Amino acid sequence: MAERSFAKEVEKLRLGAGEEFAGEGILAITKALLQCGVGYVGGYQGAPISHLMDVLADAQDILGELGVHFEASASEATATAMLAASVHYPIRGAATFKSTVGTNVASDALANLASGGVTGGALIIVGEDYGEGSSIMQERSHAFAMKSQVWLLDPRPNLPSIVKAVEDGFELSEVSNTPVMLQVRIRCCHVHGHFTAKDNQRPPMSVADALSAPRRDTGRIVLPPASFLHEKEKVAKRWPAAVDFIKSRKINETFGPDHGSVGIVMQGGMYNSVIRALQRLGLADTYGETDVPLYVLNAVYPLVDDEFLAFCEGKQAVLVVEEGQPNYIEQAFAAMLHKAGRGTKLVGKEHLPMAGEYTGQVMLDGIGSFLRAHAPHLLPGEVRAPNKLGEGVDTADLINVVPGRPPGFCIGCPERPIFAATKLVEQELGKHHIASDIGCHLFSIMPPFDLGATTMGYGLGPASVSAFNSPDAKRRSISFVGDGGFWHNGLTSSIGNAVFNRNDGVIVIVDNFYSAATGGQDILSSRASNRTKSTKHPIDEAVKGMGVKWLRHIDRTYDVGKMQAALREALTTEEKGPKIIVASSECMLNRQRREKPLVDKAIKGGERVVKPKFGVDEDICTGDHACMRLSGCPSLSVKSLDDPLRDDPVASIDQNCVGCGNCGEVADAAVLCPSFYRADVVHNPGRWDRFLEGARRAAIGLLQRRRESRRLTFADA
Amino acid sequence: MLDQASPLRPKAGASDDAQVIKIAVLAVGGQGGGVLADWITDVAERNGYVAQSTSVAGVAQRTGATIYYIEMARDTGRLPVFALSPSQGDVDILIAAELMEAGRAIIRGFVTPERTTLITSSHRIAAVSEKIEPGDGRASSEKVHTTAQAAAKRFIAFDMEKIAADNGTMISASLLGALAGSDALPFTRETYEQAIGAGGRGVKPSLAAFGAACDRARGIAAAPATAAEKPAVAGSKPAPKVSGPETLLKGWQELAGRVAALPEPLRDMAERGLKKVVDYQDIAYGGEYLDRLDRAVALDNAERGYALSIAAAKHLANAMCYDDMIRVADLKTRSTRDKRVRKEVGVKEGSVLQVTEYFHPRIEEFCGTLPVGLGSYIESRPKLAAFLDRRINRGRHIRTDSFTGFAMLWFVGGLRRWRRRLLRHRVEVEHLERWYGLALGYVPLDYALATEILNCRRLIKGYSDTHARAQSKFDRVLSALPMLKGRDDAADWIRRLREAALKDEKGDMLDGALKTVATLGG
Repeated sequence: MAERSFAKEVEKLRLGAGEEFAGEGILAITKALLQCGVGYVGGYQGAPISHLMDVLADAQDILGELGVHFEASASEATATAMLAASVHYPIRGAATFKSTVGTNVASDALANLASGGVTGGALIIVGEDYGEGSSIMQERSHAFAMKSQVWLLDPRPNLPSIVKAVEDGFELSEVSNTPVMLQVRIRCCHVHGHFTAKDNQRPPMSVADALSAPRRDTGRIVLPPASFLHEKEKVAKRWPAAVDFIKSRKINETFGPDHGSVGIVMQGGMYNSVIRALQRLGLADTYGETDVPLYVLNAVYPLVDDEFLAFCEGKQAVLVVEEGQPNYIEQAFAAMLHKAGRGTKLVGKEHLPMAGEYTGQVMLDGIGSFLRAHAPHLLPGEVRAPNKLGEGVDTADLINVVPGRPPGFCIGCPERPIFAATKLVEQELGKHHIASDIGCHLFSIMPPFDLGATTMGYGLGPASVSAFNSPDAKRRSISFVGDGGFWHNGLTSSIGNAVFNRNDGVIVIVDNFYSAATGGQDILSSRASNRTKSTKHPIDEAVKGMGVKWLRHIDRTYDVGKMQAALREALTTEEKGPKIIVASSECMLNRQRREKPLVDKAIKGGERVVKPKFGVDEDICTGDHACMRLSGCPSLSVKSLDDPLRDDPVASIDQNCVGCGNCGEVADAAVLCPSFYRADVVHNPGRWDRFLEGARRAAIGLLQRRRESRRLTFADA
Repeated sequence: MLDQASPLRPKAGASDDAQVIKIAVLAVGGQGGGVLADWITDVAERNGYVAQSTSVAGVAQRTGATIYYIEMARDTGRLPVFALSPSQGDVDILIAAELMEAGRAIIRGFVTPERTTLITSSHRIAAVSEKIEPGDGRASSEKVHTTAQAAAKRFIAFDMEKIAADNGTMISASLLGALAGSDALPFTRETYEQAIGAGGRGVKPSLAAFGAACDRARGIAAAPATAAEKPAVAGSKPAPKVSGPETLLKGWQELAGRVAALPEPLRDMAERGLKKVVDYQDIAYGGEYLDRLDRAVALDNAERGYALSIAAAKHLANAMCYDDMIRVADLKTRSTRDKRVRKEVGVKEGSVLQVTEYFHPRIEEFCGTLPVGLGSYIESRPKLAAFLDRRINRGRHIRTDSFTGFAMLWFVGGLRRWRRRLLRHRVEVEHLERWYGLALGYVPLDYALATEILNCRRLIKGYSDTHARAQSKFDRVLSALPMLKGRDDAADWIRRLREAALKDEKGDMLDGALKTVATLGG
């Protein structure tokens, strides 16, 4: 069960022709797929397209009605390989994943798919995780399009444009027998907007139809000699077909006056930011009516030579707005102008930064600088020579005050105690080389844990320590991999590799029952029953099947002492070969989402329910915050006491505590202090509970009164 | 109303109707910023505006800082081109769901004096970096308040988290209320309430929090200039109410009389200290406390504002109330504690409370609770100590709602009567006298230095290893005294060293500072 439910929103997917659709970008893309008569969809979750997968999962009834096959693929490579269904059959298919990380994984399948080409439209929707909020290395998907020669669409970021891009993408794919990538940026995926819907289409040929009438064409298979022909076909047939389509269908758009001494060329996704900059420079109105000629590339690969050259006609200078680097588009355009012998000056990264996100300020500065240099006459006087505004507020001091707030483990996260235990083991046995992996557990890199030296890709944590396997070593390496990464790639690339190469390191598999970081999607080892998927396949068995001999399973990660003991044993045992610890506890975010309504209902219904919560005795806490250096839980914080005798704030647990147990276990395992207590409230206690409580409180009260009658009691103590 | 102060106007000819209103919401992951953005979009659409909201959902949602961004313009039938993220100097309304996020917004340039209405909840969610310092690592809220006053066109700040919590809902409701109350958007209160109602879940508490915050914001908006909330100043508390047996009360009165005879500036601290030590041990212990304090008062005078004596009153009390097993057991078995836990946890009538305590005694704590002779005997025999430690050193989860668990702690708490004869007491008294004597010895030479030495007691805190580390920091700070001999700024240096010691766990900053001191040269 995914973290966010789209059960209500997916009803919008049923909208018919002429009705207005209102909602998020990803939902619009899904609707567009159905309107295009897609036959099958697959993908792998990850921001910013996680919700696209969640929408599809929640829309399975609607997909079923239309005869559309949906798969939550094992990886991006799987999702792309799935598009093989469009090689011989005229079925439209779509795959979706996060880019560039997903595209990296997919590139093997992508290259093969691109070589043989497709018959049915094959659309790859990549969620471009670039710029603010991104969690991955900053690269471009553009290079993948170029190297495999698949076409890349980058539509303007509004719902009608991205819906149209889906439609265009399928057609483009079919006319050019080439897979098409559709790039949507992170904010575009979550943009809330409107478009006019069309009717959903049943796929003209379903996957079931294809299975009952199999086809093959050796000309489409990547094997010599066909593969040599594919390369030639790409440039001789498919490329011109694509260029023709883009030109004739006017996929790229122009705005503003037909003539002008300067112009701006941009990726479609940059359009709104360019307009905003022009608005702020006084050169465009609210609706995008502008005085500057604009050439918007909704298709960024391939580029259309004569379209571009026509745009440059009569212009002295043209600015290319191309986010990311290298500046492939700018280079290509420069070559076009040069070869055509044109005098138009092409500029781009001179005015805009070579690297980094093109934010509003960057755009304003860059476009302003371009216009000042090449068309100052266009600019209003106050922009050309602005009155000096107030210096603004000096924020230098504030920068030192405001603390950074990187993402971290949630309240009650079962991964926190794993890293608390690791930190404690390191205090005993010294520092170790620790490799991290992709997933929530990567937050161990941050304070308060400060654990982990590298991250090399999804499921590749243990693979990334494979060099550290030396008979001379006095210490073992430790590597982490999550259950998501484990099933994605880790089982073979990390575990299999460690077994085969007799790696002596310690591998911790963090099993939280979901692909949690991407939004709590189910995976093979999920404990939940899933209506359409096969779950409950234990990681232990998979690991054993790989040939692992030393295996420990911790079935409650909150037992810090046990976790610590397992790590200690793994690091010190005489046994050779990989030492695997599977640490399992359910992702708290998902567990709360699942259990909270049930618990509330049970309490209301009069059932006996025990609800735990932690607390701190503030007069016992000395305010040294050792507990927080082993926690970082948002619920465990500091609070000032109204007592001049005490200088430092004490620990305090807020109402959001879910009673996971980490505080108590850590205080115990690390021998911290006795100020934590766990309070279990028994709702709707039974008769025996109440009897016991009565007897106990009477006896305890007796002792309390006895002592308190013999000492002074301060009312506010 | 909104865009007029912008230096760069939209294209000439665009009517005011087409003005784009830009709203950024800065929140901490998990605060419900998405709900707020949805509500604002809904309100806009209800009022005949076209609106667009965006966010960056992803791992950043997990407790990290996040931004939601909304643009809206009056619906003229044509679709405006909206941006997808906020730009510096181009935000009309900035809503921060936590005070430091408001600070972050100012740093990022999203708040400008010409046009931005800054609405922020004044409550704090401490970041990890603020929590892990052994001292007080919290950022200065004051600084954000003062900068915000200057940075924003209008600044509306109050504790919206509390309003939300009081009404049993999330902060998104009170933030929306503050937005409505600010009148920064040309929409009526009713349309906001309709948007909340349309959400369908938890409508009643949300409306209550919305209303309270709306009224509060209106009040602030009406009062010009100082819109920021001043944190309540902790007033001096009335004398503590004391109850107990007659004889003890008489003893207490005598002690209280001695405090009353102390110089006025010192009395408050001395009374608090006295109360603490009497509560910790007994009346006689209170007498010892005042005897010790008198030694400082004798060396002090009014010209110095009795700084030395005040420091002595504070830190003597803390030093005398060292954290031993007896104290912990005593505190955990009091009836007041039971009441407090019930209140904190919110135990309702008819529910049963079970309380589990986490103890992890080691041989050190065990010996400390033995009579001096026996305790020292064991400690001086490592093999025996190790043997016993193997039996003692283990985590013990004790249920204080059960009779046996409670009685066990009650018994340990009762050892208070014999505390003076126990090993830990001897160790603590020796340490106290050494420190106190050292400090008072410096008074004739350097009054400020003596006071700072007293203040170093702040370093000693924690239990077991943490306590040992704290002791070591304390010793390391005072180890600088010979190096600082005869320097006018010796007190300053000791203060700096102490502050450095409170910065990190192991005292790395302190070691760095000590190296600097070593290079000072006499």
